[in-house]
Amino acid sequence: MSPTAVLEVLSAGPLTTIQDLGRPGHAAWGVGASGAADRRSLRLANRLVGNAEHAAALEVVLGGLHLCAHRAVILALTGARCDATVDGRPVGHNSVLSLRRGQVLRLRTPATGLRTYVAVRGGIDVEPVLGSRSTDVLSGLGPAVVAAGSLLPVGAPPPAFPNVDFAPVPDPPHDEVTLQVTLGPRDDWFTPEARDALLRTSWTVTPDSNRVGMRLSGTALARAVCGELPSEGMVRGALQVPPTGLPTLFLSDHPVTGGYPVIAVVVDADVDRAAQLRPGQTLRFRTIHQPRTR
Amino acid sequence: MSMRFLPCGDSAVLVELDDLDAVLSLHAELASEPPPGVVDLVPAARTLLLRVDSRQVDVDAVTRAVAALRPRGERQRDVRTVEIPVIYDGEDLSEVGRLTGLGERGVVAAHTGQTWTVAFTGFAPGFGYLIGEDDRLHVPRRANPRTRVPTGAVGLAGEFSGVYPRESPGGWQLLGRTHRRMWDLQRNPPALLAPGVRVRFVEVPAR
Repeated sequence: MSPTAVLEVLSAGPLTTIQDLGRPGHAAWGVGASGAADRRSLRLANRLVGNAEHAAALEVVLGGLHLCAHRAVILALTGARCDATVDGRPVGHNSVLSLRRGQVLRLRTPATGLRTYVAVRGGIDVEPVLGSRSTDVLSGLGPAVVAAGSLLPVGAPPPAFPNVDFAPVPDPPHDEVTLQVTLGPRDDWFTPEARDALLRTSWTVTPDSNRVGMRLSGTALARAVCGELPSEGMVRGALQVPPTGLPTLFLSDHPVTGGYPVIAVVVDADVDRAAQLRPGQTLRFRTIHQPRTR
Repeated sequence: MSMRFLPCGDSAVLVELDDLDAVLSLHAELASEPPPGVVDLVPAARTLLLRVDSRQVDVDAVTRAVAALRPRGERQRDVRTVEIPVIYDGEDLSEVGRLTGLGERGVVAAHTGQTWTVAFTGFAPGFGYLIGEDDRLHVPRRANPRTRVPTGAVGLAGEFSGVYPRESPGGWQLLGRTHRRMWDLQRNPPALLAPGVRVRFVEVPAR
């Protein structure tokens, strides 16, 4: 075992990756920003353990993570609330907890929400790639996906001490969610009926969803312009509409450029909420003030 | 230079420009002196996307700053010319020869006989979409994409040529292969190509 290995992964659940706030700034080389799908929850987890907000933590999809500590560590769990235990004893969510050497943290499947963040004081200290420790599942950049047997190094504790031990944050909801969008950049490529349908009908998250994007089912959105769009830059939160007419809501590992029109973009803070939606859950979009561009 | 600003959420703005040249000029200008709060620039064929940290700045403020820019010419542009040696033994070479009416040797002559420009990147780290000087090699994508295209494969699709930086699925018509590495994390910068870089393909014998 490497001398720095502190957390041993006994079970990784459906998908556990290492994530920080990503690697923006390299798009001109075709490198996406990646980073935590629900950045607000990552930031909260890091604040709880006294880390810088951008420290690397674990992003756990639908629980199932079992971790054994090889030395005493301080942890925090945020995002989707799992029944979590340390050596069988229940521990809190959105709060600070400690593991002694040899103790095992177990996360069960969350009742609501999709992604749980496990921050450790000092941060997960794998080798950064282009300034980030995030795994980008689309490009393959960053550390390997966490698997049973993974040994995770933890960095030196930061000078700051945790100054809160509990954060009152609502759990991700189990019912319909409304996300705020701004129309554009290519809403004029769609019929007025399609723009109406986007904002007035309900959409369902399909199982064909991952860190790249969430495919939605609902009313197909018809195009008013038939030509081909020259590829253009994409953003997290973009609602890109392929020829099927059914939008994909891009998350952190979205492609850098894309050739299908984007009818609207979910505002940044609401992409974090979108990242907690499960397949089968429904959502609606409503516009906020339109930026004074165009 | 005319600029049209299209809304793109609360953390980005899409600037639409007249042509690729205008995109590359504005990209070079903003890359050398990024306006405060701009965290990433994504040049494309006709647009430049500015991603901003909305916790630091308002996207409208960035829009105003860019609208007020006085273009200072092309002196900062990346105008390197990169040579890419190619073994022209691709599986689609004869099909491209038929589609274009140039024949296999004519395709190789057309591919090596013009200067290509990296218009934009995407698809994978290090992948550049290259635009040539004429339309002789414009061919559709393959009707049946391959599930596995090897690293270094050189292909054509639509108006573009490109080199696969790593093994991946793909629908481009394959002309040949290169041993030059498009993406190497041990190199600084890791990407051989960047928007605006010129590319010449050079035929080399199989070794």
